[in-house]
Amino acid sequence: MFESGSSVERIPILKMGSYLLVTIQVDMHDRLATSLQDDLTARIVETRARGVLIDISSLEVVDSFIGRMLGNIAAMARVLDAETVVVGMRPAVAITLVELGLSLPGVRTALNVDKGMELLRGSVERVAKVNSRGRRQARDA
Amino acid sequence: MAVVKHETREIRSAEDIVLVRQAVRAWAIELGFRLVDQTKLVTAASELARNIVDYGGGGTVVIEALNDAERRGLRLRFEDHGPGIEDVDTALRDGYTTGGGLGLGLGGARRLVNEFEIVSAPGRGTRVTITRWR
Repeated sequence: MFESGSSVERIPILKMGSYLLVTIQVDMHDRLATSLQDDLTARIVETRARGVLIDISSLEVVDSFIGRMLGNIAAMARVLDAETVVVGMRPAVAITLVELGLSLPGVRTALNVDKGMELLRGSVERVAKVNSRGRRQARDA
Repeated sequence: MAVVKHETREIRSAEDIVLVRQAVRAWAIELGFRLVDQTKLVTAASELARNIVDYGGGGTVVIEALNDAERRGLRLRFEDHGPGIEDVDTALRDGYTTGGGLGLGLGGARRLVNEFEIVSAPGRGTRVTITRWR
C-alpha cells in the first residue's frame, strides 16, 4: 500500500488567489503529516498566501499526532502572517477528539469549505483595514 | 466470555499504524459498533500503536472479538518488549511525555474505551489491553 521510505508521496496544496487549499483525502501516516506541515509553511512563504484552508472532511480519524500537526500548521502560519481554518470535521471525529483531550486550541474551524472561505476572507480583510488605518495614522502623525 | 475470532499484527513503522487503524475499523464494523464507537476504538488503537513504534521499538497487537452471554466486544492487546515504563501513573497523566508528543496517548486511549489495563516494568516491555463493548 505505502512504499516504505517513499518521498514521492505528498498531499497536494492548491493555490487559489491569496489562499492555499489543502484537502486531506488519505489516511495519513505520520511522515506524510509531517511533510504536509513542512510543505505548507514553504508554500505560504513562496506564494505570500494570506490564508490556509484545510479540508478534513474525508478524515475518519484524527488522533493526537494529526491534531498536533493541525495545531502546528496554524501556529506556523500565524507567525508567517497567514490565517488557518480547518473545515469539514466529521461529528464522530469531533466527539472522539474532545474525549481524547484534544480541543485544538488556536485552530479555527468552520463547518464546510464555503464557511471556511468566508471566515478567511473576513479576517484577512479586517487585518488589511486595520493595517491601512495604522499607516494612515502614522502618515498623519 | 469467549474469544470468537482473533488476529495478530506486527507494528514496526508509521505505515503499520495506518494498517492497524484500518484493521480495527474493519473489525469494529463487522461487530456492529456504531460510527462514534468505531471512531473511538480506531483512535485509541492509533495512539497505542504509535507508542509501540515511538517508544517500544516495535511490537504486536492482538485483535479479539469477544462474546459473552449478552454482549459483544472488541479487545485489543498491544505488546512490546521495549524499555518499559518506570512510573505508569505518571505516564497516564495528560500532558506527560518523554518524547515530542502531546502526552495524550495513554490517558486519551483510556478515556476512549470501557476497559483499560496496563502492565509494564523497566526493561520488561509494556502491555496495554483495551476493550470496548457494544
